Amino acid sequence: MRNVGRAFAAELRKLTTTRLWWVLAIIMVGYLGLVSAGFAAVFALAASGDAATAAQLPGAGASQAAALLPYSFASSTGYVFVLVFTVMTVTQEWRHATLGPTFLQIPRRGTVLAAKLATGAVAGAAGAVLALLASIGAGALVLLSTGGDPRLGDPEVWSYAGRTVLALALWGVIGIGVGTLMRNQIAAIVTVLAFTQFVQPLLRVAGGFWEPAAVVVDYLPGSASDALSGLSIYSVLGGMPGLSWWLGAVVLAIYAVVFAALGAALSWRRDVTN
Amino acid sequence: MPTGASIVVEGLSKSFGARTVVNGLDFTVRPGVVTGFLGPNGAGKTTTLRMILGLVRPSAGRALFDGAAYRELAEPQQQVGAMLDASSFHPGRTARGHLLVAATAGGFPRERADELLRLVGLAESADRRVGQFSTGMRQRLGLALALLGDPGVLILDEPLNGLDPEGIRWVRSLLRGLAQEGRTVLISSHLLSEVEQVVDDVLILSRGRLVAQGPLSALRTRTQERTIVDSPDRPALATALGEAGLEAREGRHGFVVTGSTPEEVGGIAFRAGVQLCELRAAHADLEESFLALIADEDAAVAPPSTEETQP
Repeated sequence: MRNVGRAFAAELRKLTTTRLWWVLAIIMVGYLGLVSAGFAAVFALAASGDAATAAQLPGAGASQAAALLPYSFASSTGYVFVLVFTVMTVTQEWRHATLGPTFLQIPRRGTVLAAKLATGAVAGAAGAVLALLASIGAGALVLLSTGGDPRLGDPEVWSYAGRTVLALALWGVIGIGVGTLMRNQIAAIVTVLAFTQFVQPLLRVAGGFWEPAAVVVDYLPGSASDALSGLSIYSVLGGMPGLSWWLGAVVLAIYAVVFAALGAALSWRRDVTN
Repeated sequence: MPTGASIVVEGLSKSFGARTVVNGLDFTVRPGVVTGFLGPNGAGKTTTLRMILGLVRPSAGRALFDGAAYRELAEPQQQVGAMLDASSFHPGRTARGHLLVAATAGGFPRERADELLRLVGLAESADRRVGQFSTGMRQRLGLALALLGDPGVLILDEPLNGLDPEGIRWVRSLLRGLAQEGRTVLISSHLLSEVEQVVDDVLILSRGRLVAQGPLSALRTRTQERTIVDSPDRPALATALGEAGLEAREGRHGFVVTGSTPEEVGGIAFRAGVQLCELRAAHADLEESFLALIADEDAAVAPPSTEETQP
């Protein structure tokens, strides 16, 4: 047990002794802040009825959920940053040949992997807090300054925040599993970005108008994550009911377990030759 | 002061697919001395060291530290300190950062990291990122990592590579001191001359097989006796040596006669009435016998070649 604790502390120290975490954190906070502020501004225009385009905005002013849409980027976009970060924390061990020293310091590889998975969850949760601060902070600021209602006292906002922390913690664990399985840093990042930015959105849009696809679409990791956090542009756009929040959590957790198990079985026990 | 465990290697082999890179190694590395693990690049030294350290799974055999495999060690950093490739560092992490990660994993206090940075002469560069380090500085950092837990056993892969002459001298005296304290010190090198001054025992590896092991002094006596002899009348000397049945090779400074002492060669020349202008014993060349050991193995494995006879 003592060794597990040390391994976890060592993994956390690895994350904090390189620049990657704060470089990605700055990019994420800046990006989420801008997008959330932009959406809040459009919503404010829609509410005041000034903009001609406002009327065409999907679901604008229609539902309660839509009103909170500016905040939704913390989970629906923030997870990609968490995923890329935790994938890289593992693949860089191969890239810079540091896996040898890692296993020399903690020779029980299962202990190292468990420590990394736990670190992934912590990194994901911490990333969620930053993402929520950026999205809710910037969104609420714009809503307030344009005379809108930021609804910060709304329990829906806070349950969204809490479930986003859980969702991104799970994404952090998924990233560790994916990184372990793929090993190659460039390939892993390209795959993650291609899937989350291209393949998955395409499938989800297709699911909106093609019934058979919709069943599968609900179980995509991004859909499960949105179901868990409870707020996303897809739920407003397509009006799909999706999974319940807790089922979303279960599906996301299954992804985490499957990737970690595959990584442990196929990569982690290999010879470390460089 | 920690004393070292013996490293016992039994029937250690490794194949990558059809290629056997390490073939049935049996040896013991004893504490209190520096053991040199020698062989040309590609002989299988690094693979062997990685098997000993549990990073590469052996195809057969095992390596034990006082009866325990590396993976079974309760406190690995306090029992075995190892240095692998000098490039095994995250370039974006500082020297201190690397040591702090290892100290955290081993449960050592923060101050231990600074202590080691001073010991290896990197205190000034503690907060520089390793990406800016020279090979010599990386070697020093690697040594600091290996010594962090004050281990009884040290396993260092090419620790003198990339060091300047001053650094080489420093590492040699450091290793000698560590062995004198009773620790087990195993270092690899592809250059005998590089470690000749510091090693007591040698293990010589060629194409995955152990071709010699034991004290360095034993390797020295393996070298055949040779005599260097010269005469103003070289043809007469060549004839005399040939009649005596000695093998002589003509060089710039006369003849090199193998398997004979200066007394015998002098006697032959005296009886033949050949005047000599030089007669002395050639001192045993360690590097040469090392190369001969490796070459023997190569000749045994290499297919017979007909091209060598062509100009």
